[in-house]
Amino acid sequence: MTLKKSFLIPLGIFLLLVLFLGLGFQLKDPHYLPSVMINKPFPEFELKDLHQPEKIRKKEDLIGEVALVNVWATWCPNCVIEHPELLRISKDESITLFGINYNDETVKAINWLARREDPYRFSIVDDEGKLAIDLGVYGAPETFVIDSLGVIRFRYVGPVTNEVWQQEILPIVEHLRSSQ
Amino acid sequence: MIPEFGHFALILALGLSAALAVVPAMGVARGDPLLMRSGSFIACGIFVFLLFSFFCLMESFLSDDFSVRYVANNSNSALPVQYKISAIWGAHEGSFLLWTLIMGGWTLAVAFFSNSLTFDMKARVLSVMGLLNVGFISFILFASNPFDRSLPFYPQDGADLNPLLQDFGLIVHPPMLYMGYVGFAVPFALAIATLTTGRLDAAWAKWSRPWTNAAWAFLTIGITLGSWWAYYELGWGGWWFWDAVENASFMPWLVGTALIHSLAASEKRGVFKSWTVLLAIATFSLSLLGAFLVRSGVLTSVHAFAVDPTRGLFILIFLVLVIGGSLVIYALKASGIRSEVSFKWNSREAMLLTNNLLLVVATAAVLLGTLYPLLYEVLTDGKKISVGPPYFNRVFVPVALLLFLVMIIAPFSRWRKTGSDRLLRNNWVLFLIAPAVVFAATLLFGMTFEPLALFIETIALCILVLLGKSWRDSAKGGWRSPSASYTGMILGHAGMAVAILGVVITVYYSEGRDVRLQPGDTVSLSGYDFHFESVGKVKGPNYVADQAVFSVRRGGKEVAMLKPEKRFYSVARNVMTEADLDPGIFRDLYIALGEPIGEDAWAVRLHVKPFVRWIWVGGLLVAAGGFITLIDRRYRRRKVKTALAGAAT
Repeated sequence: MTLKKSFLIPLGIFLLLVLFLGLGFQLKDPHYLPSVMINKPFPEFELKDLHQPEKIRKKEDLIGEVALVNVWATWCPNCVIEHPELLRISKDESITLFGINYNDETVKAINWLARREDPYRFSIVDDEGKLAIDLGVYGAPETFVIDSLGVIRFRYVGPVTNEVWQQEILPIVEHLRSSQ
Repeated sequence: MIPEFGHFALILALGLSAALAVVPAMGVARGDPLLMRSGSFIACGIFVFLLFSFFCLMESFLSDDFSVRYVANNSNSALPVQYKISAIWGAHEGSFLLWTLIMGGWTLAVAFFSNSLTFDMKARVLSVMGLLNVGFISFILFASNPFDRSLPFYPQDGADLNPLLQDFGLIVHPPMLYMGYVGFAVPFALAIATLTTGRLDAAWAKWSRPWTNAAWAFLTIGITLGSWWAYYELGWGGWWFWDAVENASFMPWLVGTALIHSLAASEKRGVFKSWTVLLAIATFSLSLLGAFLVRSGVLTSVHAFAVDPTRGLFILIFLVLVIGGSLVIYALKASGIRSEVSFKWNSREAMLLTNNLLLVVATAAVLLGTLYPLLYEVLTDGKKISVGPPYFNRVFVPVALLLFLVMIIAPFSRWRKTGSDRLLRNNWVLFLIAPAVVFAATLLFGMTFEPLALFIETIALCILVLLGKSWRDSAKGGWRSPSASYTGMILGHAGMAVAILGVVITVYYSEGRDVRLQPGDTVSLSGYDFHFESVGKVKGPNYVADQAVFSVRRGGKEVAMLKPEKRFYSVARNVMTEADLDPGIFRDLYIALGEPIGEDAWAVRLHVKPFVRWIWVGGLLVAAGGFITLIDRRYRRRKVKTALAGAAT
């Protein structure tokens, strides 16, 4: 049987399509949602502390060293999933975690942390979601890496697992520390 | 334990699928009839295990087992029970389980309803179906298992189903759509099986036709329901958005339509054979491509599922294996196929060829528009662009218009030679009266004169009358009533004309306004007075809402009382606009409640949409036409072939 060249055309078109799909797919690791906030300073805010409502937290309270800022809520099932890993990070790794309690009820949030242990140095009450809007948060959980000057360097959408910590967040943290 | 049982059943189904891929094919290679026949039993087993697995997931939803991650993410103890069931296919994992179950169902159907095939061919088809089953089930098991548990820390209550999806439309839309997508696997499997034998005969086309029609009719219903759902649920009053995911379902439909027509020519006249095979491959390939686009996250869309890169990679590899593999087989085998039959330019063959070319061009235009943002991003290293309705309207509409023009004569043309000149001669009265009728109707409804709209309406009217006459003539013929195939064909084309009538009138004559209203205000639109009576709070099972009450009057007489809502779903923390509408044959009244603006005032969107319902009624008629062809006697006649004399009984 002879192979007519014209019958290869569909295959050729398909391979071209696959090439583009593959390239496009590589571009779009969905966890790196394009954030206009990357390499911008952390937004200014004045919000209550979760455990000490008389205390007003400001942006300056986050600045000083490389740190993680984690957006969480009691209504968010993925926050439950990432919680053990956040606890481990707060104990075993030398990095500070700050929490933003997003669109939540304060009493519930305090109980939630009491039941599960608190990995955060402190949590900020963002009950109206203002800070979350400034940060461009899609939903909880989201985790931001800020450098020692308070500039946002990385953003991760979804639960932080050990794999995510090892492969995505830790390298960035180490890079930021070494370039200081 | 129940989720584990479901998981285990999936593993068994995977094993059986692998057996289905291998055993009947081995029977063909060895000429062993026992192995060839075993396919039917294995197909039964696959379906039973998949069904069991599906029921396990359903039980996890009904018993609120929030230790199952998928249940926790998509359900809530306060969710009404019908939505707990539809939540099974409310997100990626579960909807793919439904997809796989449907694939198992089609495989079973092939095993049971293919008596007209030779044992040899049936074995080959089942083996191809088995291979596809292996791909789908391993995707579930390895990249999107709905039975994953989040132990030991699991939430007390679920995150609730996305409120957009808590709706009747979503209960039925995805199953119909998947019936269509996956159904195209049957003509695909037959095309591949036939290619491997190298014999493409009339039996192949004849056997493919009812399966293609069935899958296509399901897809038609799915798309129609999707459009209807978007119309009343998204609160924008639109019925088609050229969204990437809509396009993903529309492309297989377009190519599937081409396939249906091309199969007719291949069966009756033995023409376009290799082209028809290519269309069968392309239709299923576009269904798979759609799945990739929706589930891999390469395209951004309101419909897109939450994504995970491993999934995208898996589907991409699967695409390469299935589509690439089948195109290689095609390139190797199809060049041997000859179909040299001559026909005239105005014969039915030529009409079908025109239909095919136009449909393929339309598909290519939609595909290009859908993928262009991605191509642009790849080529420019990350710059973004979006392709919207203006592109699709400019490129797709002229092609669709041409197709529609061909539809006046094509259904009445004859094989080999023409019948259309006689058609024009016999019906010149119609072609004179139709414009006058359209003209009069436009005056009667008090609508403005839009030349293009009037033109398309006239064509639609002519097509409807001609189809009706043609059907009546064949029924009057006396010697036999019109066959189901013929009736289905007439109904399908009539449905298309009805839908296009709806599209044109809605596009040209809809009126809409966004206004700021306070209780007590009245707005007039298209002759209707919308009076904002009041606004109050109501409470639903898992939401609270602001509900506005509008009375609509025409000429002082009340015609409708509408109660649009703004709902707040407390668990998912989502605000939803629940539009209210007064449906009618000739017009819909539509009110969506927007945001509150200041003291007492609300942003309100009002629409009067003439003939909008015709779009969906037309779509359902098209699907009904597809289903009616299935009861044709030709397909039920049991033919026992004796390719394997020893095995055939």
